[in-house]
Amino acid sequence: MSDTVNHSRRSFLEKSIAVGTVTIAPGILLHQVASAKPDDQAVTDSVRWGMLINTNKCEQGCTDCIDACNAEHGLVGNGRPETDTQYIRKVTLRDKLTGHELSLPLMCQHCETAPCVDVCPTGASFQRKDGIALVDKHICIGCRYCMMACPYKARSFVHESVTNQTLSAPRGKGTVESCTLCVHRVDKDQIPACVEACSEGEHDAFMFGDLNDPNSDISKELEKHGGKQLRADLQLNTAVRYQGI
Amino acid sequence: MINRFLRITLTLAGLALLYPSAGSAETPMPIIHEPEGVGVECVEPEEVMRRDHMNFILHQRDETMHKGIRSSKYSFAECIDCHVQPDENGNIASYKSEEHFCNSCHEYAAVSIDCFDCHADRPQKFIKRDGNSASLQHELQQMLSANEDMGGKLK
Repeated sequence: MSDTVNHSRRSFLEKSIAVGTVTIAPGILLHQVASAKPDDQAVTDSVRWGMLINTNKCEQGCTDCIDACNAEHGLVGNGRPETDTQYIRKVTLRDKLTGHELSLPLMCQHCETAPCVDVCPTGASFQRKDGIALVDKHICIGCRYCMMACPYKARSFVHESVTNQTLSAPRGKGTVESCTLCVHRVDKDQIPACVEACSEGEHDAFMFGDLNDPNSDISKELEKHGGKQLRADLQLNTAVRYQGI
Repeated sequence: MINRFLRITLTLAGLALLYPSAGSAETPMPIIHEPEGVGVECVEPEEVMRRDHMNFILHQRDETMHKGIRSSKYSFAECIDCHVQPDENGNIASYKSEEHFCNSCHEYAAVSIDCFDCHADRPQKFIKRDGNSASLQHELQQMLSANEDMGGKLK
C-alpha cells in the first residue's frame, strides 16, 4: 500500500528538511514546528508521536493508566485473564542481585521497523506516517501472526463477541488489537488517556509528544536524561522509551 | 410460426405466474424506522444515499483509518447519531432487530452487513458501559451533583 512508511525515503526527507531549515528573516523559520494537523489533511512523517515513561514515578500496584485505557476503549474483561484484551500491562521487574523492584506499564512500543507490520499477510497491520502502529480491523483476518512476531506481547486477540463498544474504539470478535496511542485523541490535539490519567493522579510518569520536534518537551527530556528502549538489541527504534530501567 | 406462437404463450404464462392475480398487492416495501425531528438534512438527498451510502462510508473508512482524515462529510458515526434514536419508551433497538434503522432495510434487501460486529450501533450517549469504568463514574458524579443542584428531586 502506498501509505506504508518508506524508511530510506524518510531519512532522505529528514536530511532535506534539515537543509531546508534556514532563516528567511530573523525569527522566521521555513521549517514548521510540528503540531496536530488540521482535520482535513493526511498525517505526515514530519511528526513522530512517542512516549517517555519514568519508572521511578510509576507506583507498584497503581492501575490508573490501565483503568483509563479500559474506559477509553471500552475494554471489558470476561473473567479470563489469559485471553482478555489488554492494551497496557503492568510489568514488575526485579533485580536478582539487589532485590530492587520496579513496575512499568508495557504497551505497544510503536516500533519504527515494526515486526507486526512485516509479518501481516493482508496489510491490516500497518503504520501511519506519524509512526503510530495500528490494526485495520476491516482487513484483519485474525491470523495472529503479528501477535507472535511482537517481542513485547503487546497485542491481543478478541475471542468473544463484543457489545457496547465506544464510538471511537470499534472492536470485534476475530480481530487483533493493541494500543493505538489513542489515535482518535491525538488527531484532535489531545494526549492519550493513560498519559492524562497518570498526570491527573499526580504521578506524572508519562510524557507524550513529538519525537521529531527537537523543541518538544519529550525530545528535550530525552536529550537531557536519555530514555532506554526495551529490547534495544532488536533495533526496532521504539517510540516508547523508559527512564529508570 | 408455431415456435413463435409457443414462445408468446410461454411468456404470457410466465408473466401470469409472476402476477398470480391482477388485483393482489405488490410486494410490501420495508418499514424504515427513522426518528423524526433529529438533525437537519442528510448529507446527500435520500435517493443518492439509498444508492451510494456504502461507497461513501467505505471511502471515508480508509481515509480516516490510514490517513487520519477526520473531517469527512460522510461519517459513519454521524449516520448513527441521527438515524438511531430511542423509542417513546427510551429503548434503542439493537442492530440485529428490524426496528434498527440500518437493519430495517438490510433485512428486507437480504444484504447482511458486519459493520456492527465492531462499531457501536447507537449514539455514544446511549452506550452502556462497564460499571467500573472511570467515565461512567464520572457521569454518575455529574448526575449526582446535578441532582443536588435540583434540590435532590431524583431518588
